[in-house]
Amino acid sequence: MSEISELPRPAFPFIEVRPNGEALLVAQRCTKCGATYADNARPACGRCGAREQDLELFHPQATGTLHSAVIVRRGYPGVPTPFISAVVDLDGGPTVKGTLRGVEFDPSEIQSGRRVKVEFNDALGRKDKDGNSYVAHHFEPA
Amino acid sequence: MSEDIYIVGINMIDFGRYPHRTPAQLGAEAALAALDEADIAIGDIQAVFSGSNYTTMIGQRILQQIGQTGVQIINLVNACSTGASAVRMGYVSMKAGEFDTVLCVGVEQMTGLGMLGSAAAGPIPTEGLLGSASMPAVFGESGMEYAAKTGATQADFAMVSVKNHHNATMNPKAFLRKETPLEMVLQAEEIAYPLTKLMCSINVDGAAAAVLMTEKKVRERGLMDRAIRIKGSAMASAPWSEHDPILHDVNTPTRIAAEKAYEMAGLGAEDIDLVELHDCFASVELQHYENLGLCGEGEGVRMIRTGESSLEGRIPVNVSGGLLSKGHPIAATGIANMYELVLHLRGQAGERQVGNARLGLAHVVGLGTSAAVHILEKP
Repeated sequence: MSEISELPRPAFPFIEVRPNGEALLVAQRCTKCGATYADNARPACGRCGAREQDLELFHPQATGTLHSAVIVRRGYPGVPTPFISAVVDLDGGPTVKGTLRGVEFDPSEIQSGRRVKVEFNDALGRKDKDGNSYVAHHFEPA
Repeated sequence: MSEDIYIVGINMIDFGRYPHRTPAQLGAEAALAALDEADIAIGDIQAVFSGSNYTTMIGQRILQQIGQTGVQIINLVNACSTGASAVRMGYVSMKAGEFDTVLCVGVEQMTGLGMLGSAAAGPIPTEGLLGSASMPAVFGESGMEYAAKTGATQADFAMVSVKNHHNATMNPKAFLRKETPLEMVLQAEEIAYPLTKLMCSINVDGAAAAVLMTEKKVRERGLMDRAIRIKGSAMASAPWSEHDPILHDVNTPTRIAAEKAYEMAGLGAEDIDLVELHDCFASVELQHYENLGLCGEGEGVRMIRTGESSLEGRIPVNVSGGLLSKGHPIAATGIANMYELVLHLRGQAGERQVGNARLGLAHVVGLGTSAAVHILEKP
Protein backbone atom coordinates (compact mmCIF):
# COMPACT_ATOMS: atom_id res chain seq x y z
CA MET A 1 0.00 0.00 0.00
CA SER A 2 1.55 3.24 -1.14
CA GLU A 3 1.27 6.48 0.83
CA ILE A 4 -1.51 8.86 -0.02
CA SER A 5 0.11 12.06 -1.25
CA GLU A 6 -0.74 15.27 0.58
CA LEU A 7 -1.13 17.29 -2.56
CA PRO A 8 -3.61 16.26 -5.24
CA ARG A 9 -1.90 14.72 -8.24
CA PRO A 10 -2.16 15.86 -11.87
CA ALA A 11 -4.79 13.83 -13.75
CA PHE A 12 -3.01 14.38 -17.08
CA PRO A 13 0.59 14.80 -18.27
CA PHE A 14 -0.12 18.41 -19.29
CA ILE A 15 -0.97 19.50 -15.74
CA GLU A 16 1.64 20.37 -13.10
CA VAL A 17 0.94 20.77 -9.40
CA ARG A 18 3.44 23.00 -7.60
CA PRO A 19 4.50 22.29 -4.00
CA ASN A 20 2.21 25.11 -2.83
CA GLY A 21 -0.75 23.31 -4.43
CA GLU A 22 -1.08 25.64 -7.38
CA ALA A 23 -1.99 23.87 -10.64
CA LEU A 24 -0.84 25.02 -14.05
CA LEU A 25 -0.55 23.74 -17.59
CA VAL A 26 2.66 22.32 -18.93
CA ALA A 27 3.42 21.34 -22.52
CA GLN A 28 6.23 20.61 -24.94
CA ARG A 29 7.40 22.70 -27.87
CA CYS A 30 9.76 21.65 -30.65
CA THR A 31 12.56 24.20 -30.92
CA LYS A 32 13.21 23.09 -34.52
CA CYS A 33 9.75 23.47 -36.08
CA GLY A 34 7.59 25.07 -33.38
CA ALA A 35 5.04 22.26 -33.06
CA THR A 36 3.44 22.06 -29.61
CA TYR A 37 2.13 19.07 -27.66
CA ALA A 38 -0.09 18.61 -24.61
CA ASP A 39 2.46 16.20 -23.21
CA ASN A 40 5.56 16.17 -21.00
CA ALA A 41 7.80 13.31 -22.08
CA ARG A 42 7.80 12.81 -25.86
CA PRO A 43 10.74 10.97 -27.42
CA ALA A 44 10.60 13.13 -30.55
CA CYS A 45 8.60 15.71 -32.49
CA GLY A 46 5.71 14.19 -34.45
CA ARG A 47 5.95 16.86 -37.09
CA CYS A 48 9.66 17.09 -37.97
CA GLY A 49 11.19 14.15 -36.11
CA ALA A 50 13.53 16.28 -33.97
CA ARG A 51 14.69 14.30 -30.94
CA GLU A 52 13.98 14.74 -27.26
CA GLN A 53 16.83 17.19 -26.66
CA ASP A 54 15.20 19.63 -29.10
CA LEU A 55 11.88 19.60 -27.23
CA GLU A 56 11.42 22.17 -24.47
CA LEU A 57 8.88 22.32 -21.68
CA PHE A 58 6.81 25.50 -21.41
CA HIS A 59 3.75 26.74 -19.57
CA PRO A 60 0.93 27.39 -22.06
CA GLN A 61 -1.43 30.31 -21.71
CA ALA A 62 -4.65 29.63 -19.87
CA THR A 63 -6.72 31.22 -22.63
CA GLY A 64 -7.72 29.89 -26.00
CA THR A 65 -10.33 29.43 -28.71
CA LEU A 66 -12.97 26.75 -29.02
CA HIS A 67 -12.21 24.77 -32.15
CA SER A 68 -14.97 22.17 -31.99
CA ALA A 69 -17.38 20.77 -29.42
CA VAL A 70 -20.33 18.44 -28.98
CA ILE A 71 -23.02 18.07 -26.32
CA VAL A 72 -22.65 14.56 -24.92
CA ARG A 73 -26.03 13.16 -23.91
CA ARG A 74 -25.33 9.45 -23.79
CA GLY A 75 -22.24 8.52 -21.82
CA TYR A 76 -20.52 5.36 -20.77
CA PRO A 77 -21.97 3.57 -17.74
CA GLY A 78 -21.30 5.54 -14.56
CA VAL A 79 -20.36 8.78 -16.32
CA PRO A 80 -22.82 11.60 -15.58
CA THR A 81 -24.31 13.41 -18.59
CA PRO A 82 -24.89 15.81 -20.16
CA PHE A 83 -21.50 17.45 -20.54
CA ILE A 84 -19.75 19.30 -23.33
CA SER A 85 -16.73 17.67 -24.92
CA ALA A 86 -14.51 20.40 -26.35
CA VAL A 87 -11.35 20.76 -28.42
CA VAL A 88 -9.58 24.03 -27.61
CA ASP A 89 -6.62 25.71 -29.28
CA LEU A 90 -4.74 27.40 -26.45
CA ASP A 91 -3.19 30.74 -27.41
CA GLY A 92 0.31 29.88 -28.59
CA GLY A 93 -0.56 26.15 -28.50
CA PRO A 94 -1.05 23.33 -27.91
CA THR A 95 -4.52 21.94 -28.68
CA VAL A 96 -6.13 20.41 -25.59
CA LYS A 97 -9.29 18.41 -25.17
CA GLY A 98 -11.50 18.81 -22.12
CA THR A 99 -14.93 19.58 -20.80
CA LEU A 100 -16.56 22.98 -21.28
CA ARG A 101 -18.45 24.10 -18.18
CA GLY A 102 -20.45 27.16 -17.24
CA VAL A 103 -22.66 27.26 -20.34
CA GLU A 104 -26.12 25.96 -21.23
CA PHE A 105 -26.40 22.65 -23.02
CA ASP A 106 -27.45 24.36 -26.21
CA PRO A 107 -25.92 24.32 -29.70
CA SER A 108 -25.67 28.13 -29.66
CA GLU A 109 -23.15 27.85 -26.79
CA ILE A 110 -20.65 25.72 -28.66
CA GLN A 111 -19.90 27.87 -31.67
CA SER A 112 -16.44 27.47 -33.08
CA GLY A 113 -14.23 30.49 -32.34
CA ARG A 114 -15.64 31.16 -28.87
CA ARG A 115 -13.04 32.45 -26.41
CA VAL A 116 -12.47 30.26 -23.37
CA LYS A 117 -10.17 30.05 -20.36
CA VAL A 118 -8.70 27.10 -18.50
CA GLU A 119 -9.69 26.41 -14.90
CA PHE A 120 -8.73 23.59 -12.58
CA ASN A 121 -11.01 21.31 -10.58
CA ASP A 122 -11.05 18.24 -8.31
CA ALA A 123 -11.50 15.77 -11.19
CA LEU A 124 -15.17 15.20 -10.26
CA GLY A 125 -13.88 13.91 -6.91
CA ARG A 126 -12.46 10.80 -8.55
CA LYS A 127 -9.72 9.01 -6.61
CA ASP A 128 -7.33 6.25 -7.61
CA LYS A 129 -7.32 2.83 -5.96
CA ASP A 130 -4.95 4.09 -3.24
CA GLY A 131 -7.26 6.98 -2.42
CA ASN A 132 -5.20 9.78 -3.95
CA SER A 133 -6.99 12.93 -5.07
CA TYR A 134 -6.44 14.50 -8.48
CA VAL A 135 -6.47 17.84 -10.25
CA ALA A 136 -8.06 18.06 -13.69
CA HIS A 137 -8.73 20.97 -16.03
CA HIS A 138 -11.87 22.30 -17.67
CA PHE A 139 -12.80 25.21 -19.89
CA GLU A 140 -15.11 28.11 -19.12
CA PRO A 141 -16.23 31.05 -21.23
CA ALA A 142 -13.55 33.78 -21.08
CA MET B 1 4.50 -4.12 -65.43
CA SER B 2 3.09 -6.75 -63.14
CA GLU B 3 -0.21 -8.51 -63.77
CA ASP B 4 -3.60 -7.06 -62.96
CA ILE B 5 -5.31 -8.46 -59.88
CA TYR B 6 -9.00 -9.41 -59.87
CA ILE B 7 -11.73 -10.20 -57.37
CA VAL B 8 -13.30 -13.46 -58.58
CA GLY B 9 -15.44 -14.27 -55.56
CA ILE B 10 -16.81 -11.96 -52.89
CA ASN B 11 -19.59 -12.21 -50.35
CA MET B 12 -20.93 -10.83 -47.09
CA ILE B 13 -23.26 -12.59 -44.71
CA ASP B 14 -26.50 -10.85 -43.77
CA PHE B 15 -25.29 -8.42 -41.09
CA GLY B 16 -27.19 -8.85 -37.83
CA ARG B 17 -27.22 -10.49 -34.45
CA TYR B 18 -25.73 -13.96 -34.08
CA PRO B 19 -25.27 -14.48 -30.34
CA HIS B 20 -25.20 -18.27 -30.73
CA ARG B 21 -22.55 -18.42 -33.45
CA THR B 22 -18.80 -17.90 -33.12
CA PRO B 23 -16.79 -15.33 -35.10
CA ALA B 24 -15.08 -18.26 -36.86
CA GLN B 25 -18.44 -19.60 -38.00
CA LEU B 26 -19.45 -16.21 -39.35
CA GLY B 27 -16.14 -15.86 -41.19
CA ALA B 28 -16.41 -19.42 -42.50
CA GLU B 29 -19.82 -18.71 -44.01
CA ALA B 30 -18.52 -15.65 -45.87
CA ALA B 31 -15.30 -17.42 -46.95
CA LEU B 32 -17.11 -20.47 -48.29
CA ALA B 33 -19.53 -18.29 -50.25
CA ALA B 34 -16.58 -16.41 -51.80
CA LEU B 35 -14.81 -19.68 -52.67
CA ASP B 36 -17.99 -21.08 -54.25
CA GLU B 37 -18.45 -18.00 -56.36
CA ALA B 38 -14.85 -18.29 -57.55
CA ASP B 39 -15.49 -21.98 -58.24
CA ILE B 40 -12.42 -23.02 -56.25
CA ALA B 41 -11.73 -25.04 -53.08
CA ILE B 42 -9.86 -24.05 -49.93
CA GLY B 43 -6.94 -26.14 -51.24
CA ASP B 44 -6.50 -23.62 -54.07
CA ILE B 45 -5.88 -20.77 -51.61
CA GLN B 46 -2.17 -20.02 -51.22
CA ALA B 47 -2.38 -17.41 -48.47
CA VAL B 48 -4.96 -15.87 -46.16
CA PHE B 49 -5.15 -12.24 -45.06
CA SER B 50 -7.72 -11.96 -42.32
CA GLY B 51 -8.78 -9.42 -39.78
CA SER B 52 -10.79 -8.90 -36.62
CA ASN B 53 -10.49 -6.30 -33.90
CA TYR B 54 -12.11 -8.38 -31.16
CA THR B 55 -11.05 -11.96 -31.99
CA THR B 56 -7.39 -12.99 -32.12
CA MET B 57 -6.06 -15.40 -34.77
CA ILE B 58 -9.32 -15.18 -36.70
CA GLY B 59 -7.82 -16.56 -39.94
CA GLN B 60 -6.66 -19.74 -38.23
CA ARG B 61 -10.00 -20.13 -36.50
CA ILE B 62 -11.78 -19.87 -39.87
CA LEU B 63 -9.50 -22.40 -41.56
CA GLN B 64 -10.05 -24.76 -38.64
CA GLN B 65 -13.70 -24.64 -39.77
CA ILE B 66 -13.26 -24.87 -43.55
CA GLY B 67 -9.92 -26.56 -44.19
CA GLN B 68 -6.55 -26.52 -42.41
CA THR B 69 -4.25 -26.46 -45.40
CA GLY B 70 -1.19 -25.12 -43.62
CA VAL B 71 -0.89 -21.97 -45.74
CA GLN B 72 0.43 -18.63 -44.52
CA ILE B 73 -2.16 -16.66 -42.55
CA ILE B 74 -1.64 -13.06 -41.56
CA ASN B 75 -4.13 -11.48 -39.17
CA LEU B 76 -4.60 -7.75 -39.25
CA VAL B 77 -6.00 -5.28 -36.73
CA ASN B 78 -6.50 -1.87 -38.27
CA ALA B 79 -9.72 -0.56 -36.71
CA CYS B 80 -12.47 0.08 -39.25
CA SER B 81 -10.03 -0.24 -42.14
CA THR B 82 -9.18 -3.85 -41.22
CA GLY B 83 -11.12 -5.58 -44.02
CA ALA B 84 -9.80 -3.21 -46.67
CA SER B 85 -6.30 -3.69 -45.22
CA ALA B 86 -6.66 -7.45 -45.73
CA VAL B 87 -7.52 -6.89 -49.40
CA ARG B 88 -4.71 -4.39 -49.73
CA MET B 89 -2.18 -6.88 -48.29
CA GLY B 90 -3.51 -9.65 -50.52
CA TYR B 91 -3.19 -7.36 -53.52
CA VAL B 92 0.37 -6.34 -52.62
CA SER B 93 1.46 -9.93 -52.00
CA MET B 94 0.21 -10.91 -55.45
CA LYS B 95 1.81 -7.88 -57.08
CA ALA B 96 5.04 -9.09 -55.51
CA GLY B 97 4.54 -12.26 -57.50
CA GLU B 98 4.46 -14.65 -54.59
CA PHE B 99 0.87 -15.89 -54.92
CA ASP B 100 -1.79 -16.18 -57.65
CA THR B 101 -4.83 -16.99 -55.46
CA VAL B 102 -5.48 -15.59 -51.98
CA LEU B 103 -8.40 -15.30 -49.56
CA CYS B 104 -9.17 -12.07 -47.70
CA VAL B 105 -11.68 -12.07 -44.87
CA GLY B 106 -12.91 -9.71 -42.18
CA VAL B 107 -15.05 -10.72 -39.20
CA GLU B 108 -16.51 -8.96 -36.20
CA GLN B 109 -18.89 -9.99 -33.48
CA MET B 110 -20.07 -6.85 -31.75
CA THR B 111 -23.51 -7.40 -30.31
CA GLY B 112 -23.62 -5.93 -26.83
CA LEU B 113 -20.40 -3.93 -27.08
CA GLY B 114 -22.20 -0.62 -26.60
CA MET B 115 -20.76 2.68 -27.75
CA LEU B 116 -17.26 2.21 -29.12
CA GLY B 117 -14.24 4.28 -28.18
CA SER B 118 -12.15 3.95 -25.05
CA ALA B 119 -11.21 6.81 -22.80
CA ALA B 120 -7.52 7.54 -22.33
CA ALA B 121 -5.88 5.37 -19.70
CA GLY B 122 -4.88 7.05 -16.47
CA PRO B 123 -4.86 6.61 -12.72
CA ILE B 124 -8.52 7.70 -12.63
CA PRO B 125 -11.30 7.36 -15.24
CA THR B 126 -10.90 10.16 -17.78
CA GLU B 127 -14.26 10.14 -19.56
CA GLY B 128 -16.07 13.37 -18.74
CA LEU B 129 -12.80 15.07 -17.73
CA LEU B 130 -10.96 14.83 -21.03
CA GLY B 131 -14.16 15.53 -22.91
CA SER B 132 -15.51 12.32 -24.39
CA ALA B 133 -13.68 9.54 -26.20
CA SER B 134 -16.88 7.91 -27.45
CA MET B 135 -17.03 7.53 -31.21
CA PRO B 136 -20.23 9.61 -31.53
CA ALA B 137 -18.48 12.46 -29.66
CA VAL B 138 -15.25 12.18 -31.63
CA PHE B 139 -16.98 12.07 -35.01
CA GLY B 140 -19.42 14.73 -33.83
CA GLU B 141 -16.45 17.02 -33.13
CA SER B 142 -15.09 16.33 -36.60
CA GLY B 143 -18.54 17.11 -38.00
CA MET B 144 -18.76 20.37 -36.05
CA GLU B 145 -15.36 21.37 -37.43
CA TYR B 146 -16.74 20.74 -40.92
CA ALA B 147 -19.94 22.65 -40.10
CA ALA B 148 -17.96 25.69 -38.94
CA LYS B 149 -16.09 25.67 -42.24
CA THR B 150 -19.00 25.03 -44.61
CA GLY B 151 -22.21 26.13 -42.90
CA ALA B 152 -23.53 22.56 -42.79
CA THR B 153 -26.45 22.19 -40.39
CA GLN B 154 -27.67 19.32 -38.25
CA ALA B 155 -30.46 18.84 -40.81
CA ASP B 156 -27.89 18.47 -43.60
CA PHE B 157 -26.22 15.70 -41.62
CA ALA B 158 -29.60 14.11 -40.92
CA MET B 159 -30.42 14.03 -44.63
CA VAL B 160 -27.56 11.57 -45.10
CA SER B 161 -29.40 9.17 -42.78
CA VAL B 162 -32.66 9.74 -44.67
CA LYS B 163 -30.94 8.88 -47.96
CA ASN B 164 -28.95 5.88 -46.76
CA HIS B 165 -31.79 4.35 -44.78
CA HIS B 166 -33.98 4.72 -47.86
CA ASN B 167 -31.38 2.90 -49.97
CA ALA B 168 -31.26 0.08 -47.44
CA THR B 169 -34.94 -0.68 -47.95
CA MET B 170 -33.73 -2.24 -51.22
CA ASN B 171 -30.88 -4.23 -49.63
CA PRO B 172 -31.90 -7.56 -48.04
CA LYS B 173 -28.48 -7.91 -46.36
CA ALA B 174 -28.81 -4.63 -44.43
CA PHE B 175 -29.67 -4.74 -40.72
CA LEU B 176 -31.88 -1.64 -40.58
CA ARG B 177 -34.36 -1.55 -43.43
CA LYS B 178 -36.90 1.17 -42.87
CA GLU B 179 -37.57 4.65 -44.11
CA THR B 180 -36.54 7.34 -41.62
CA PRO B 181 -38.02 10.71 -42.58
CA LEU B 182 -36.04 13.82 -41.63
CA GLU B 183 -38.18 14.58 -38.57
CA MET B 184 -37.70 11.06 -37.26
CA VAL B 185 -33.92 11.32 -37.61
CA LEU B 186 -33.79 14.73 -35.92
CA GLN B 187 -36.10 13.70 -33.08
CA ALA B 188 -34.34 10.42 -32.31
CA GLU B 189 -32.40 10.23 -29.04
CA GLU B 190 -29.55 12.72 -29.05
CA ILE B 191 -26.29 10.84 -28.47
CA ALA B 192 -23.78 13.66 -28.94
CA TYR B 193 -25.14 16.81 -30.57
CA PRO B 194 -25.20 17.11 -33.57
CA LEU B 195 -25.62 13.33 -33.83
CA THR B 196 -28.84 11.54 -32.94
CA LYS B 197 -29.12 7.78 -32.65
CA LEU B 198 -30.32 7.47 -36.26
CA MET B 199 -27.17 9.29 -37.40
CA CYS B 200 -24.90 6.62 -35.88
CA SER B 201 -23.97 3.29 -37.47
CA ILE B 202 -25.09 0.18 -35.64
CA ASN B 203 -22.95 -2.44 -33.89
CA VAL B 204 -23.75 -5.77 -35.52
CA ASP B 205 -22.15 -9.14 -36.12
CA GLY B 206 -20.89 -9.68 -39.63
CA ALA B 207 -18.33 -11.14 -41.97
CA ALA B 208 -17.24 -10.58 -45.54
CA ALA B 209 -14.69 -12.36 -47.71
CA ALA B 210 -13.07 -12.04 -51.11
CA VAL B 211 -10.95 -14.30 -53.32
CA LEU B 212 -8.27 -12.47 -55.33
CA MET B 213 -6.55 -13.89 -58.40
CA THR B 214 -3.91 -12.79 -60.86
CA GLU B 215 -5.00 -12.20 -64.46
CA LYS B 216 -3.14 -15.28 -65.69
CA LYS B 217 -4.90 -17.48 -63.15
CA VAL B 218 -8.29 -15.93 -63.89
CA ARG B 219 -7.89 -16.77 -67.58
CA GLU B 220 -6.49 -20.22 -66.84
CA ARG B 221 -9.58 -21.04 -64.75
CA GLY B 222 -12.01 -19.36 -67.13
CA LEU B 223 -13.34 -16.91 -64.54
CA MET B 224 -13.24 -13.68 -66.55
CA ASP B 225 -17.06 -13.72 -66.69
CA ARG B 226 -17.23 -12.80 -63.01
CA ALA B 227 -13.86 -11.10 -62.51
CA ILE B 228 -13.69 -7.48 -61.30
CA ARG B 229 -10.36 -5.70 -61.69
CA ILE B 230 -8.71 -3.91 -58.76
CA LYS B 231 -7.75 -0.79 -60.65
CA GLY B 232 -6.45 1.20 -57.69
CA SER B 233 -5.51 0.29 -54.11
CA ALA B 234 -4.07 2.78 -51.64
CA MET B 235 -3.90 3.46 -47.93
CA ALA B 236 -2.70 6.35 -45.78
CA SER B 237 -2.39 7.37 -42.14
CA ALA B 238 -2.85 10.83 -40.66
CA PRO B 239 0.11 13.12 -41.30
CA TRP B 240 0.98 15.61 -38.58
CA SER B 241 -1.50 18.43 -38.22
CA GLU B 242 -2.21 20.96 -35.53
CA HIS B 243 -5.21 19.10 -34.09
CA ASP B 244 -4.48 15.42 -34.74
CA PRO B 245 -4.70 13.25 -32.69
CA ILE B 246 -6.45 15.43 -30.07
CA LEU B 247 -9.16 15.78 -32.71
CA HIS B 248 -8.56 12.84 -35.04
CA ASP B 249 -8.12 13.89 -38.65
CA VAL B 250 -10.18 11.54 -40.84
CA ASN B 251 -10.02 13.94 -43.78
CA THR B 252 -6.37 14.12 -44.80
CA PRO B 253 -5.71 10.36 -44.79
CA THR B 254 -8.75 9.89 -47.02
CA ARG B 255 -7.50 12.59 -49.38
CA ILE B 256 -4.04 11.05 -49.60
CA ALA B 257 -5.36 7.53 -50.21
CA ALA B 258 -7.89 8.76 -52.80
CA GLU B 259 -5.29 10.75 -54.67
CA LYS B 260 -2.97 7.73 -54.82
CA ALA B 261 -5.75 5.38 -55.91
CA TYR B 262 -6.94 7.74 -58.67
CA GLU B 263 -3.38 8.13 -59.89
CA MET B 264 -2.80 4.37 -59.86
CA ALA B 265 -6.02 3.85 -61.81
CA GLY B 266 -5.20 6.67 -64.21
CA LEU B 267 -8.55 8.34 -63.72
CA GLY B 268 -10.37 10.91 -61.64
CA ALA B 269 -13.44 11.22 -59.45
CA GLU B 270 -15.51 12.25 -62.48
CA ASP B 271 -15.02 8.77 -63.95
CA ILE B 272 -16.50 6.93 -60.95
CA ASP B 273 -20.06 5.57 -61.32
CA LEU B 274 -20.79 4.77 -57.67
CA VAL B 275 -19.15 5.14 -54.25
CA GLU B 276 -19.40 3.15 -51.03
CA LEU B 277 -17.81 5.36 -48.39
CA HIS B 278 -17.32 5.19 -44.65
CA ASP B 279 -20.51 6.70 -43.20
CA CYS B 280 -19.92 5.47 -39.65
CA PHE B 281 -21.74 8.66 -38.66
CA ALA B 282 -24.00 10.71 -40.92
CA SER B 283 -21.96 13.92 -40.71
CA VAL B 284 -18.76 12.39 -42.01
CA GLU B 285 -20.36 11.37 -45.31
CA LEU B 286 -20.44 15.05 -46.33
CA GLN B 287 -16.79 15.43 -45.35
CA HIS B 288 -15.86 12.46 -47.51
CA TYR B 289 -17.72 13.81 -50.58
CA GLU B 290 -15.09 16.52 -50.54
CA ASN B 291 -12.20 14.31 -49.41
CA LEU B 292 -12.82 11.89 -52.28
CA GLY B 293 -13.14 14.73 -54.78
CA LEU B 294 -16.78 13.97 -55.60
CA CYS B 295 -17.39 17.74 -55.42
CA GLY B 296 -15.40 20.91 -54.83
CA GLU B 297 -14.32 22.25 -51.43
CA GLY B 298 -17.31 23.24 -49.32
CA GLU B 299 -19.78 21.70 -51.79
CA GLY B 300 -20.64 18.59 -49.78
CA VAL B 301 -23.65 20.38 -48.33
CA ARG B 302 -24.98 21.15 -51.79
CA MET B 303 -24.57 17.51 -52.80
CA ILE B 304 -26.89 16.24 -50.07
CA ARG B 305 -29.38 19.09 -50.44
CA THR B 306 -29.80 18.62 -54.19
CA GLY B 307 -29.77 14.82 -54.23
CA GLU B 308 -26.56 14.50 -56.23
CA SER B 309 -25.54 11.48 -54.15
CA SER B 310 -28.91 9.71 -54.27
CA LEU B 311 -29.44 6.53 -56.28
CA GLU B 312 -30.78 8.60 -59.17
CA GLY B 313 -28.23 11.38 -58.73
CA ARG B 314 -25.02 12.40 -60.45
CA ILE B 315 -22.84 10.15 -58.29
CA PRO B 316 -24.74 7.63 -56.16
CA VAL B 317 -23.17 7.19 -52.71
CA ASN B 318 -23.87 4.32 -50.34
CA VAL B 319 -26.67 2.75 -52.36
CA SER B 320 -26.22 -0.29 -50.08
CA GLY B 321 -27.59 1.80 -47.23
CA GLY B 322 -24.10 2.41 -45.95
CA LEU B 323 -22.79 1.58 -42.51
CA LEU B 324 -25.72 3.58 -41.13
CA SER B 325 -28.12 0.87 -42.33
CA LYS B 326 -26.13 -2.28 -43.07
CA GLY B 327 -24.58 -2.10 -39.63
CA HIS B 328 -20.86 -1.77 -39.05
CA PRO B 329 -19.05 -4.98 -37.99
CA ILE B 330 -15.84 -3.04 -38.15
CA ALA B 331 -13.35 -5.54 -39.65
CA ALA B 332 -15.92 -6.81 -42.18
CA THR B 333 -17.00 -3.40 -43.44
CA GLY B 334 -14.11 -2.78 -45.84
CA ILE B 335 -14.81 -5.97 -47.81
CA ALA B 336 -18.58 -5.49 -47.56
CA ASN B 337 -18.19 -2.09 -49.24
CA MET B 338 -16.33 -3.78 -52.10
CA TYR B 339 -19.01 -6.48 -52.29
CA GLU B 340 -21.60 -3.79 -52.98
CA LEU B 341 -19.50 -2.36 -55.80
CA VAL B 342 -19.00 -5.79 -57.35
CA LEU B 343 -22.77 -6.41 -57.39
CA HIS B 344 -23.29 -3.20 -59.36
CA LEU B 345 -20.35 -3.75 -61.71
CA ARG B 346 -21.77 -7.18 -62.53
CA GLY B 347 -25.32 -5.85 -62.86
CA GLN B 348 -26.58 -7.99 -59.97
CA ALA B 349 -27.78 -5.30 -57.54
CA GLY B 350 -31.50 -5.74 -58.19
CA GLU B 351 -33.77 -2.75 -57.62
CA ARG B 352 -30.96 -0.57 -56.32
CA GLN B 353 -28.77 -1.22 -59.39
CA VAL B 354 -26.81 1.80 -60.59
CA GLY B 355 -27.28 1.86 -64.37
CA ASN B 356 -24.27 1.05 -66.57
CA ALA B 357 -21.87 0.97 -63.63
CA ARG B 358 -18.33 0.37 -64.84
CA LEU B 359 -16.16 1.91 -62.12
CA GLY B 360 -16.75 1.95 -58.37
CA LEU B 361 -14.85 3.39 -55.41
CA ALA B 362 -14.79 1.79 -51.95
CA HIS B 363 -13.53 3.74 -48.94
CA VAL B 364 -13.10 3.12 -45.24
CA VAL B 365 -11.46 4.95 -42.35
CA GLY B 366 -10.18 3.40 -39.17
CA LEU B 367 -9.90 5.97 -36.43
CA GLY B 368 -6.42 6.47 -35.16
CA THR B 369 -6.09 6.82 -38.24
CA SER B 370 -6.01 4.65 -41.35
CA ALA B 371 -7.83 5.32 -44.62
CA ALA B 372 -8.17 2.90 -47.52
CA VAL B 373 -9.46 3.55 -51.04
CA HIS B 374 -9.99 0.87 -53.67
CA ILE B 375 -11.17 1.48 -57.22
CA LEU B 376 -12.84 -1.49 -58.89
CA GLU B 377 -13.48 -1.84 -62.61
CA LYS B 378 -15.64 -4.07 -64.73
CA PRO B 379 -13.19 -5.48 -67.32
